[in-house]
Amino acid sequence: MSKKVLMKGNEAIAEAAIASGCLHYFGYPITPQTEISEYLAKRMPKVGGLCLQAESEVAAINMVMGAAAAGSRVLTSSSSPGISLKSEGISYIAGCDLPCLIVNVQRGGPGLGGIQPSQSDYYQATRGVGHGDLRLIVLAPSSVQEMASLTMEAFDLGDTYRMPVMLLADGALGQMMEPVDFDAFQKRDVPDKMWAANGHGGKRKKNIINSLYIDPKELEDSVVERYEKYSRIEKNEVKYEEFMTDDAEIVLVAFGITARICKSAVAAAREAGIKLGLLRPITLWPFPKDAVSSIADKAKAIISVEMSMGQMIDDVRLAADGKCPVYFYGRTGGMIPSVEAIFDRAKEISESI
Amino acid sequence: MTKTFIFAGSGGQGIQFSGKQIAKTAMHMDMPVTFLPSYGPEMRGGTSNCTVVISDEEIGSPSVTYPDIAVTLNLPSFTKFEPRVKAGGMIIYDSTLINIGSEREDITALPIPATELAVENDLEGFANVIVLGFLLKKTGIFTIENFRDFLISSIPASKAKLIEKNTTALDLGYNYNK
Amino acid sequence: MKTVFESPRALSDVPLHYCPGCTHGIVHRLVAEVIDELGIENRTVGVAPVGCSVFAYNYFECDMIQAAHGRAPAVATGVKRTHPDSVVFTYQGDGDLAAIGTAETVHASTRGENITIIFINNAIYGMTGGQMAPTTIPGQVTTTSPYGRDRSIQGSPIKVCEMLSTLDGVALAARTAVDNPKNVISTKKMIKKAFENQLEGKGLSIVEILSTCPTNWGMTPKAALEWLRENMTTYYPLGVYKDAEAIR
Repeated sequence: MSKKVLMKGNEAIAEAAIASGCLHYFGYPITPQTEISEYLAKRMPKVGGLCLQAESEVAAINMVMGAAAAGSRVLTSSSSPGISLKSEGISYIAGCDLPCLIVNVQRGGPGLGGIQPSQSDYYQATRGVGHGDLRLIVLAPSSVQEMASLTMEAFDLGDTYRMPVMLLADGALGQMMEPVDFDAFQKRDVPDKMWAANGHGGKRKKNIINSLYIDPKELEDSVVERYEKYSRIEKNEVKYEEFMTDDAEIVLVAFGITARICKSAVAAAREAGIKLGLLRPITLWPFPKDAVSSIADKAKAIISVEMSMGQMIDDVRLAADGKCPVYFYGRTGGMIPSVEAIFDRAKEISESI
Repeated sequence: MTKTFIFAGSGGQGIQFSGKQIAKTAMHMDMPVTFLPSYGPEMRGGTSNCTVVISDEEIGSPSVTYPDIAVTLNLPSFTKFEPRVKAGGMIIYDSTLINIGSEREDITALPIPATELAVENDLEGFANVIVLGFLLKKTGIFTIENFRDFLISSIPASKAKLIEKNTTALDLGYNYNK
Repeated sequence: MKTVFESPRALSDVPLHYCPGCTHGIVHRLVAEVIDELGIENRTVGVAPVGCSVFAYNYFECDMIQAAHGRAPAVATGVKRTHPDSVVFTYQGDGDLAAIGTAETVHASTRGENITIIFINNAIYGMTGGQMAPTTIPGQVTTTSPYGRDRSIQGSPIKVCEMLSTLDGVALAARTAVDNPKNVISTKKMIKKAFENQLEGKGLSIVEILSTCPTNWGMTPKAALEWLRENMTTYYPLGVYKDAEAIR
């Protein structure tokens, strides 16, 4: 009998958090991610942890900030409209260099939008998740197994670089079930949190957690220093998967659930004699620019496939830098692109170039 | 070999349970499997469906437009999914609740009066399990023994009396022969 | 030589940035004295959000966190819930606590978070330069109520202690002032009780301290103290609004 368990993606995130030593969760219910709260409400008391339902997403992210400032591994989760509410707190957390994990199980927008899966928060996650010069590490799982393993990786990345990390999933990944193995993960050694504000114990100078610099030069210096850290991350932490790209004439670029659908489209295209491949960014920031650039060197066309009106395509185009045409196929509002539609789009493009 | 299933019916007919049982059995057999439910207000009384993919290799899309096998337990689901069954595929349906048949010649239509059988055998509420037994027999995806084991193991100890009902229903569907 | 007067240990030896005559300095000192007397500096974490006291992280010798506007009670919740042995206080102004952070204040209170809130009520926004606060009293002129606060337009002020005293999670809700030595002494007594409550795990304690803002009120420090006595203490009567211990 395998050690695997059949779990919903949302539950896998929750269990993986506990497996990573995260014993503190603050959240507010919102579809389609509420199973994370429900699961942790049951599990946390049994492992000596805490699952606290806040009065709002705003409060939840600030509770996360307090817990992170005090040196605890901490998690919050929400879905698109809730992430908008959290954005103030995320900016403060980034400005204070605090590690934490923020999960966004995306649904369609804008506004109240819908509750079906979407990837239309790509801009928000990679560009505008809060005011100011800031980045989040953004991880995009595409299976329930990755919902677990990237959750574990996210905590380690956050602690290593002392910064917030976002897991950018979607409603389909949150709700779908797949076998998951929690042992299939290599932990990193992470530094001690000597900077935490949890009482100096008379053993060190006081720690201050702060994002305020009235002197513009001081603020500039602090931001520049943070960007040096961001460059190290861009150099060391890019993750992506390539599928049948070696001889591909057309390459799909897709992340998350969409990448899986694309994989089936690649298989179907190969059967039909179309040389289609797939590049799947796993880190959306840092974006796998070099990998896309290499593809652009040899492929005849790239198609960005997304559950949005086209957001990641901006990064794909920047990386392709005009070396090959970049096309788009997407559905939005909670509609999931079908294997057949992606296949048709690839076929149409292959016939036109 | 990849097999794709869509289970569909109304909320409360045990659609999600059926799909999950197929997924669980596949997992225990060490097969890659995905279970993708419909979610949201649909869960509360409206139509309910789920997609299951089982395979002997890594699964690409968990979302399926044209399934190999559709299992439908009410008329709207039959009407929606019957045209979508892949050529060469099969549709299994509860003929007590679905009083029309399939006119397609490129698929196999397999009716079973599951609700009627359930009523006759004091198994109200277990029509979905009767259908599962029938599905095992007609597809041969798992042995009934394997499936039964994981069905029993997913019934909580507090509901032990359900075991007999489930296994009786499963056998009834498996042995249904008309 | 015998030392007869010294600065509290928990108060940093740096110049404060507050305006002349502002009463923040008095309250800072009282909080620091209480931390010293209870011997809790080693495990205390202070949370100061946006407002005039945003630089409080420079003024206390314990670990400090600077929070977003209004969010201090949520940040404090995060610290206290994950580090129950720490002593956590927030230091908030009226705009912060009673306008933008009303939800965080009310819910931390009703959850009975075991924290201490020091609430400075000076009836005006100080840091941004004298705008109307949720506690600006009827008729009071500010830059955004230039004709005086008119209840028919700007509504009525919030009486925080009265409101929070209705919540089960609150252990102590007291309103004091720092306009004269007697009131300063009773303020310190209440601050001490608010910290002691936390040490005893009693729930949320809030001390609302009526304070002056001579700069934005456009008065001399002395006139400001008189204005406080004549106008604020009548609208916001001093007293203990809730003392859970006394109820039991």
